[in-house]
Order: sequence, then C-alpha cells, then structure tokens
Amino acid sequence: MSEETPRLVDSFTAPKEVLQEFAELAEEEDVDPFAETASKRQIAARQSDYHNRRFSRVANESGDAFTDGDDSGYRDAMRLQMLEKEEQRVKRLIEEKEKQDREDGKENMDLDRTPPRAEIQAVAQELAAATGSKRKRRWDVGDEDERKEAIKADEKEWSDQALESSAPKKRRSRWDATPADVNVAPGETPKRSRWDQTPAAQPDAPPIPILMNAPGFMTEDKHNRYLTDEELDAILPSQGYSIVTPPPGYAPLVAPRKLTATPISASLGGFEIKESSDAAAVAAAAGLAPELPTEIPGVGNLAFFKPEDAQYFAKILKEEDETELSVDEMKERKIMRLLLKIKNGTPPVRKTALRQITDKAREFGAGPLFDKILPLLMERTLEDQERHLLVKVIDRVLYKLDDLVRPYVHKILVVIEPLLIDEDYYARVEGREIISNLSKAAGLAHMISTMRPDIDHADEYVRNTTARAFSVVASALGIPSLLPFLKAVCRSKKSWQARHTGIRIVQQIAIMMGCAVLPHLRNLVDCVAHGLQDEQQKVRTMTALALAALAEAAAPYGIESFDNVLKPLWLGIRLHRGKGLAAFLKAIGFIIPLMDPEYASYYTKEVTVILIREFQTSDEEMKKIVLKVVKQCAATEGVTPQYIKQDILPDFFKAFWVRRMALDRRNYKQVVETTVELAQKAGVSEIVGRIVNDLKDEAEPYRKMVMETITKVVASLGASDIDERLEVRLVDGIIYSFQEQTTEDQVMLDGFGTVVNALGIRVKPYLTQIVSTILWRLNNKSAKVRQQAADLTTRLAVVIKQCGEDQLLSKLGLVLFEQLGEEYPDTLGSIIAAEGAIANVVGMTQMNPPVKDLLPRMTPILRNRHEKVQEASINLIGRIADRGAEMVPAREWMRICFELLDLLKAHKKAIRRAAVNSFGYIAKSLGPQDVLQVLLTNLRVQERQSRVCSTVAIAIVAETCGPFTCIPAILNEYRTAELNVRTGCLKALSFVFEYVGPQSAYYVDSVVTMLEDALTDRDLVHRQTASTIVKHLALGVAGLGCEDSMLHLMNLVWPNCFETSPHVIGAVMEAIEAMRVTLGPGVLLSYVMQGLFHPARKVREVYWRIYNSLYLGAADALVPFYPDVGELSEGPNVYDRYPLQMFI
Amino acid sequence: MSSELRYTANTQLEHLHARYTGTGHADLTKYEWLTHQHRDTLASIVGHPTLNSYLAIADNESIGRIKFETTERMLQPCGPPPPKDDD
Repeated sequence: MSEETPRLVDSFTAPKEVLQEFAELAEEEDVDPFAETASKRQIAARQSDYHNRRFSRVANESGDAFTDGDDSGYRDAMRLQMLEKEEQRVKRLIEEKEKQDREDGKENMDLDRTPPRAEIQAVAQELAAATGSKRKRRWDVGDEDERKEAIKADEKEWSDQALESSAPKKRRSRWDATPADVNVAPGETPKRSRWDQTPAAQPDAPPIPILMNAPGFMTEDKHNRYLTDEELDAILPSQGYSIVTPPPGYAPLVAPRKLTATPISASLGGFEIKESSDAAAVAAAAGLAPELPTEIPGVGNLAFFKPEDAQYFAKILKEEDETELSVDEMKERKIMRLLLKIKNGTPPVRKTALRQITDKAREFGAGPLFDKILPLLMERTLEDQERHLLVKVIDRVLYKLDDLVRPYVHKILVVIEPLLIDEDYYARVEGREIISNLSKAAGLAHMISTMRPDIDHADEYVRNTTARAFSVVASALGIPSLLPFLKAVCRSKKSWQARHTGIRIVQQIAIMMGCAVLPHLRNLVDCVAHGLQDEQQKVRTMTALALAALAEAAAPYGIESFDNVLKPLWLGIRLHRGKGLAAFLKAIGFIIPLMDPEYASYYTKEVTVILIREFQTSDEEMKKIVLKVVKQCAATEGVTPQYIKQDILPDFFKAFWVRRMALDRRNYKQVVETTVELAQKAGVSEIVGRIVNDLKDEAEPYRKMVMETITKVVASLGASDIDERLEVRLVDGIIYSFQEQTTEDQVMLDGFGTVVNALGIRVKPYLTQIVSTILWRLNNKSAKVRQQAADLTTRLAVVIKQCGEDQLLSKLGLVLFEQLGEEYPDTLGSIIAAEGAIANVVGMTQMNPPVKDLLPRMTPILRNRHEKVQEASINLIGRIADRGAEMVPAREWMRICFELLDLLKAHKKAIRRAAVNSFGYIAKSLGPQDVLQVLLTNLRVQERQSRVCSTVAIAIVAETCGPFTCIPAILNEYRTAELNVRTGCLKALSFVFEYVGPQSAYYVDSVVTMLEDALTDRDLVHRQTASTIVKHLALGVAGLGCEDSMLHLMNLVWPNCFETSPHVIGAVMEAIEAMRVTLGPGVLLSYVMQGLFHPARKVREVYWRIYNSLYLGAADALVPFYPDVGELSEGPNVYDRYPLQMFI
Repeated sequence: MSSELRYTANTQLEHLHARYTGTGHADLTKYEWLTHQHRDTLASIVGHPTLNSYLAIADNESIGRIKFETTERMLQPCGPPPPKDDD
C-alpha cells in the first residue's frame, strides 16, 4: 500500500455532517407532528387579531335591577367604563409623548423602542391608583401583584390561569410538559433531551397529576417515561460512569414526578400481563398514577384530555376525602365533573351529563355554574367542538335558570358576543340563539341596563359586538319595545360613539331581520335620519350604510318611509368625498329600486352626474360601489334605454372597458355583471357593437372579459338584434379570439357555442372557416387544444346540421373516428362525446363512418377505466343500440354485452344506469335469450354491486321483451344451490314485478311455488326479498282476481312479522300493507285481532303496530269488520253498536 | 324501550302512529279501544250521507236530527271511563 491510500478503517466512520444530521433528527423526534393541525382546530389560533380582541374584554357583575333597588351594578359598570376610557386616554397620551420625544431627539436613537422603565412604572402606579379597588369588579379576581403585571403588559387577561397558559405560544412537546404550577425559569432552553432531566431533590409540593391527553398517548407514555436513578443504575455498569452535577443555575423544567416511589423490580421485567384490567389500578401499582390521565375519579373514561384542562379541573383530578368538604365545595366539584364529562366525554357520557346539569341547574344556582363555564369558554386553546358543547350547556341552563341569570348577563354576553362575528355560520347562529334566550330570561330592561355601558365603549370591537347583540335582542323581544331606547341612543349628545353604535344597531337589525323590519320601517328610518348631518364623519357613513341595509331589507316596498332621507342623501353626495360618498352612493343604490318609475328616473339623473365623475376614481372600493349602483339604476323601470345610451354608456365604456379592469377578478366580475344589466335596457347590438372589436385585443384576459360579456348578453337576449355587419365582426372576432387563446378556457368555448347557436342558420357562410379551424386544432399537438376542439364540435353539431352542411359533419365524423386512438383520457372522452353528438344529429343510417365500423372500434375503448371515457362511450353505444342495433352483427353485440358487465362496477351512477339501459336495448334487438344468459351467469360473481346491477338489467330485459321471456329462466336459475344466485334471482323477480305492475297477474300462479320455498327458507335474506316480491305482486294484482294465491302468500308472510332485523321486518311490514290493498282490510283485521290482547307483551306490541298501520290506511273501511262485543258490556259501559243493528 | 330498540329502523313509524287519534299500543284497555271503534263507527255514519238517510228512515227522524245526535254521541259513546284500579 502506498502512502496516498487512506486507511480503510477510518472510512467506516460516518462523516460529521451525517452524524450531525442524525443528532438533529433525534432532537426533532420530540416534535409533535399534530401540533400544527391541533392549532388549526383551535379557534383562537385560526382567527384574526380583531376576533382575538375578545380576550381583552372585561366583564362585570350586573346587578339585578329588579331585586336590589339601588342599581349598584349599573352605576359601577358605568364608572368602570369611564375609568377604562380614561386609562386608554392616558395611554394614548403617553404614546404620543413618547413619539414626540423620539422625534425631538431627546431619546437616544439606539432603536430601542421601550420607553424608560421609570416612566412606565410611574404610569402604572398612577393607573393602579386611579383604578384602585374598582378593578376588583372583574368577575375573576386575580391577586394584586398579578393584576398590576397585567396592566403593565397592557394585557387585560381573564384570569391568572389564562395568564399562564397564554405565555407559551408553541404547544409543548410531551417531554417537557410542565405542570401548571411550576414557574418556568426565564432564559431556560425550552427543549432538552431526557438525559439531562436528572431529578433534583424531591420537591415539597405534591406534583399536580394529569398531564397527557389522548388515550393513545397514555400507553406510549408509560413506556417512554423518564428512567429513574435506580433504573439507570441497574442498566448502566457501575464503573466508567459518573453522575454529572447539574450546571449552576439549572432548574428542572419539569417538576420531577414521583420517582422515588417507583418499584424497579416490576418495571424492569419487560412485558407482563396485569391481573386487573382497571387502568387506574395498574397505574397505581406501577407507581405511575400521576402520569396517566386514565380515569378521573367520579368521571370515568374521557374521550381526550388536554393539558390545559388540568388548570380548570385541578380540584377533581385528585382523590379527596369527600366527607371533609362543605356543601358548596361538593356542589362545585359536582359541576366540574359534569362539565368535564360534557366537554371531553364520549357521546353517551356527554348526553347523560348534559341532562343532569340541565335538571339540576336551579339547584346548583347561576353563580357556581357560570363561574365554571365561562372561564372555559375563554380558554385560548378552545376547539370548535368544545365551544359548541359549552354553548349548548349555557343554552340549556339558561332555559332552566330563567331570571336567576340576571347577575351574570354581562359575563355571559362578554363570552357569547364574539360568536356573533365568528366566521363560522353555525357559531353565529348559536350565538344568536343564546343571546335571544338570554334576553327573554333577563328581560328588556335588564338587558338594556347591562349593555348600555358598552355602547360608547372606547374599544371599537366592543361596540361592534354590542351592536350585533342588541340587534339580536331586538329580534327576540320585538323592535317596538327597543325603539324608544334606540331613538335615545341615536340622538345621544354625550358621545358620537353612542350615536354610531345606535345607528349600527339599526343596520344590524335590518340585516338580520330582513323584510320583518317593514312594519317599523318609518320609525327605524326616523331613528337614524338625522345621522346624515352628524358632525362626525363616521356617524354619517354608518347612517348611510344603515339606510342601505334598511332599503335592501325592505325591497321592493317601503319607499314612503325613506321620504325624509332622500333630500339629505342626494345633497350629501355633492358634499362628500371618499368613504362617506361611497356609503351614500350605496344607500342611494338600494333606495332607487324601491321608487316609482318617474321618481326613479328623476333621482337616477341626479345621481348620474356624481357617478360619472366617480367613474374616474382610483379607489377600488369606490369602483365596486359605483358599478353596483349603475347596475341597480339600470335595472329600475323608470330609467329609459335612451337615457342609458346617451348619458351613461359613453362614459361607462371609457372608464371601465379598459384592459386594467380585466386583471382583478372581482372588478372583472362586477364590470361584466353591470354591462349585462345595461344590455337589458340598451339592447344587444348597442353593447356588443361597442366591445366586439376588443375581441381582437392583444391582452388575453381582456379578450376573455369581452367574450364572457358577449356570451351572457347573447344568451339572455338572443342574436336577432345583431345586423349583418355586426354579425361579420362578431363571428370574425370570436374565431380570432378562439384561435389566439393560450390557456384553453371554458369561457371561450362557451362563448363560441352560445353565439353560434344563437345565430343559428345565419352562421352558414362562416361554417367552412369554423370547421377548418376545428379540424386544424383537432390535430394540434397539445391534448388540451384537441379536447377543446372536440368539445366545440359537440356544441356546434346541431347548428351545422341546421345549416344543411352534412358534408362538413361527415368530414368531422371521419376525423374524429381517426382520433379514437387518443391516449389522453380527458381528450378521448371529449372526442367520443363529439362523435356521439354527430351521430345524434345525422342519424344512424347516414352516419359516416358507418355504425358497423364505429361500434367494433368502441368495444376495446369500453375497457378504459377513466370515468369520462366510460360515460361518453356508454352513451354512444346505448344510442346506437337504441336506434341502429340492426346495423351491427349480433356477435359484436354479444362482445359488447360482456364488456358492459364491467361497467356495472363503475362508481358513477349515471354510467351504471346507462349500462343497464343498454342491456335493455341490446336485448330488444337481439332477443332476450343470449343477453339473459350473460346476466344470469353474472349473478355468480363475487361483487355485490355487479350482481345488483345485473338483477336490475334482467328486470329491464324482462320489461322490454315481456316477462314471459325471462321468468322461466329466472325460476330455473333459482334452483341453483348457490346462495348469491338464489337471492339474485329473487331480487331480479322483485324488480320484474315492480316494473311490469298489473301484468304480473298472469304470472302469479307460476311463481307461487318458488315464493313458498323462499318464504319458508331459513335464510333471512331469502324471506326478506321474497316479502318484497310479495309486496310488488300484491300491489300489481290488486283488484285483478288473484285473491286465492295472495291469501296463500299472506299465510306464508304473516309468521315473519316477529322478525327483528330492521330490513326484514321492514320488508314484511310492507308486504302486509300491500296485502291490505289486495285482500281488503277486513281480512287483515281478522289476522290482527288474534294478538291484540295476547298475554305476551312482545306479541301485543307487534300486533298493535300492524293494527296501527292498518287503521291509518283504512280506518273507515274497518267499521263494518269490528267484532260485535255487546256481551262485554258492564255497568255504565255499553259496547253494543246500536246504529249498525238497525234495519228497515 | 325494548320494542323501540327492536324496531330501530321503524321507530319513526311508531312515532308517526302515535300522532294520530285512534291508534293503539300494547297497553290499551278494552274500554279505550272500543270507544275508538264506536267513534269511528259514528263518524263513518255522519260521513256517509246514504247511511245517514238509512238511519233517518229507520228511526223516523229527520236527517239533520240523526246527524246531530250521532255527533253528540261521539262524546262518550260507551259511557264514562271505568274507574282505574290502581294496585
């Protein structure tokens, strides 16, 4: 070996990077892969910052205005609210000052934005002094220093628990899950491998048990728990290892579990089977009880348990001596157990717990209940399901508590109001439901006094949710009762916020109640009317929006209520700019459609000036509103086509029909919609004439916009308005844009199809050109282009035939036929569909290629698994079988029959149905024998769906070729010993009799023996299917004189009425019902009478069920058949039916 | 309960039945069932004009009177309910 050769031994060591990578991988192992999805499920993690502002709300006790006269709750609430405003004002001042300072350069510019500590502390102290004892009004009183911390951090949290839980944002992996009460040392690295978890000294405080969640984790955890010192000693050799002392300043992240208590001997023995299956006992034996979240005492097994739950349910997680607890404490624990069951339990557990908590609601009292429920609802890690369940609890409990709920109204509102602006529809509905129940329980006066302070709250979020809550109250208690309050609020002189919220309430009422505002429309409009001249811009904007909502809700009625606001609105649009103007225009847009034609025309003219000016706007919102208003104006009756053509169209097209508008999706849609609306008035040629040249524009998105508009206009108004010159330009433009498209789009295809179909026979001169385009594109190398060309052929086939261009059709047909070797299934499907469309219009005899060539070509394609191909080919084949079966040799059809069996397995129902129908067509032309043989043989296959479809196909064959051709074969096949075949035969017969109806009278006697056999079979399915046959038979032959055989069958069906399997009993009951029709209710009554008063309850139950359906089916007809029971008369009860004993 | 479980698929049917008067159940008494029968009979007579006139001829009463009396009799066609024997 030379010097250069490296030593081989060394090369066995992996490179450093690789080792590093593995080390990292090992570290990453701790990462919970579900953490991300878990946070998706959490409502708070999903929602926007605005939604999450609910966490910073403060609820206060609302005193019951009806019981204690001093009304302290309201006064306190108002004072608290004033203080909060003051607090915000001071904070704003500080911020401004700070900014000022920074700008003045007083502060050193080291990018440290933190204001001087001393200053913050001073402010905090000042604030604490100012708020003083009032802040205790929070419904969860945290202790003093923590509260100050909350103020300092500007985070008004709900509770001390929430404070802690909100601190770690990332979900902790299970290795370093911390019991809630251990403080995390600052600067601690969050992740450690298990080796540096050397236990420190035993802590004094007992560790809080229960950490882990899902049961799946539990077992894993048992095996993966930290090794104790003893275990490590046992595993590792005693020499060569030493216990490293923890670094200075190290505090264990995780409180050491009860490590010393672990008996090693048992746990080192590997796997063993425990005596008892009780998980808790096993855990206790292994000394692992605290780690295993198996069963909570008194609660039982839960579906899941989250680490966060431990904070709320700490009290019930450990075993306690119940005798030492006071009554209240017992009650509290009882509530907690029930809530835990409801929140985390399995459905049956949850159901009973929910019922219990509802029943005992008044016993528990509102206070203890809501003190437990509401903090849970404010948990940041709350998930949808949990929220739903807790909201449900509130709903049920509210109903029971009724007016006891009053002191908690505000607290509940703070928790529930956020639901009203949730993005989930069902959450909004739930929120509405609760608030409406709450207002019914607490009463209007109390609701108003509770929510009043929030109306001019400093936070916009609070005002927004409060307005929505008020609208719910209005819908629950009626608008009239709320009107005086609304009037007062909307006129509030004290603050513009109150006016703003008042008007917003009206807007929300309109949005929520829809046309139900009509009776109070004038009052509501008068409420807000003066807001149009308010000095605050925001109030004016909101007023206009409220009016828009009211007008939209009232449409098409109620214009007279808006009389007062018309003038200010129309004057307003000349005074305002920007957002305000947008809101005013929106209101006008909704009011104009309510007007009488002549007024509408006048007011439209007034507003048009402004609209045309705003056409130029660069503001996207404004553009959208302007377009919408133009659309609404154009749709009203009073606006004349003349006016639109002269005054609106020129500016409209100049401003909006530009390439830029095609780029933004929402603008695009709005422009198209508005133009289509304008076309309804101005006519097709006016609009199409203006834009048709743009079909040759160089920007593709713009061409598409033009095409879509033309499509919609022509589709709704037709093409008769288009003159010859326009027609030339239009067709030319369409062909151009169709050829020039780079992305094969549905829009172009639809446009082409719609326009050509609308033009109809007028398109004849252009057909040669169009078809040559198609032919050229059919040979394009892009599959998409070929597919689109084929799709276009499908759409044009009818028109080409109308124009008498059979030549072109046959040329297309031939080219498509040659293309059947296509390899892209989507394209192949389109090609087959196009061939089918041509065959449809030309007819089977004239079809080129001839059907006898086409069909054999289709046979192998039937094996294609692609759904689109399958559907297109089965449709084509079915059509050929229906119309031109005789042109194809019988051998070919048989081959197709076998291929069709495969299609019975298709997932798509349309394919299966088409296949089954094709069997019918084929059988009709070939005669049933061979087809039937194929189908009956197919009953032997394993697949159920295939067998079921075969039975349907047999029935269809029987229907098309007459039952006598099939029934003997079916009866013969029934004699096979195979179970599947026999049930298949029965099923086929059942379909046959269902389809042939009264014709079955001829075949009753031939099938009776088989039915005898089936109805007395041991197999349930036999009897079930036989009962179905009897049902169809009985209904078919009713009134045709087959009573003798039917009575015989009835005797065979009747004993089955005691069956318990749902399907069987269903079929039997239906058979008996059918017998009522064919045998008459009297016969049935005599059967039923035998068991109505049978000593065995089970018999009685069944017989009464039959009696009830008999009674509901033919109550009147039963009257003559009731037995004469006069001899049963006793004392005052005479049971003779005398009227029936009279005779003349 | 047991019957409900046995007919899970058809529980809806039972609920439907229970919504109509005249239907019965396993604990129906003789008196209740017969009362229903009588009411049905009387209702049938009122509902069929031919039966009405037949009875009118047999009783030598006016048709209206027969109709009225038949309707009246529907109140307690078999007399007052027998006292419940609570054991």
